[in-house]
Amino acid sequence: MDFFTVDLLRDIASGIAFAAGGVFLLIGTFGLVRLPDVWSRLHAAGIVDTVGAELMLIGMMIQAGFTQATVKLLLISLFLFVTSPTATHAVANAAFVAGIRPVRLRRNEAADVIGETVKKAAKS
Amino acid sequence: MTKAVALLVALFALWLALSGYFKPFLLTLGVLSCLFTVFLAARMKLLDDEAVPLQLRLSLLLYWGWLGREIFKSALAVSKVILAREMPIGQQLIAIPSTQKTEMGHVIFANSITLTPGTVTVAAGGGRFLVHALNEGFAAPEGFAEMDKRVTAVEVR
Repeated sequence: MDFFTVDLLRDIASGIAFAAGGVFLLIGTFGLVRLPDVWSRLHAAGIVDTVGAELMLIGMMIQAGFTQATVKLLLISLFLFVTSPTATHAVANAAFVAGIRPVRLRRNEAADVIGETVKKAAKS
Repeated sequence: MTKAVALLVALFALWLALSGYFKPFLLTLGVLSCLFTVFLAARMKLLDDEAVPLQLRLSLLLYWGWLGREIFKSALAVSKVILAREMPIGQQLIAIPSTQKTEMGHVIFANSITLTPGTVTVAAGGGRFLVHALNEGFAAPEGFAEMDKRVTAVEVR
């Protein structure tokens, strides 16, 4: 394999990653508009900031090759991997504490978890 | 002490990766600044299991690979829900038991649930997590049990 084939393969691989990432970003944004309430919209946002963003970063890593830029991109994806669920959880917990409940809730076991915390707080 | 050395090595690796300088003078400055940071961290008593999680098994990396596949699978499932003409939403708040012993294990499990599209951890209490799921398909207890087992396996050496 000469230099040009490697370059071509790299372009194809990163193109696939960019295209798939773009499709997931579009679907996530579409869901953000279409879903009915805060709770279900969180899941659409979840697609955007996990699969969408990570696929874009993977595409950029393939383009950059074995350079310092790839290390930095790897660090960005690692930090995104840790911080994005934390932010999502913060929003969900704030909505829960504020008393917002999902529309058309099918099953609610909140008392199983929160009841014990309340009891524990009362005891101490 | 082990934790201080580990933090020093990790900090210097980060310094090298972000700066890309290899001149002796700048390397010395980098080592000095890393040493100063470790000194400050030790003075603030930050060198514990939370800041320097050496107790985690290396198989955490394998777990991340498995988690990546799970995330991709459930992202496809959520995409199907979003693109369906009549969106099949049946929202649920379910209690998920967790078997981890340490706080770090709880954090990894809760964050993994939130990272997977279709499920979000809302609150914790009494050894259980309150999880919001988009519909019945995402609320299957077998999936959570498997994830719970894998997190417990990487938690403590």
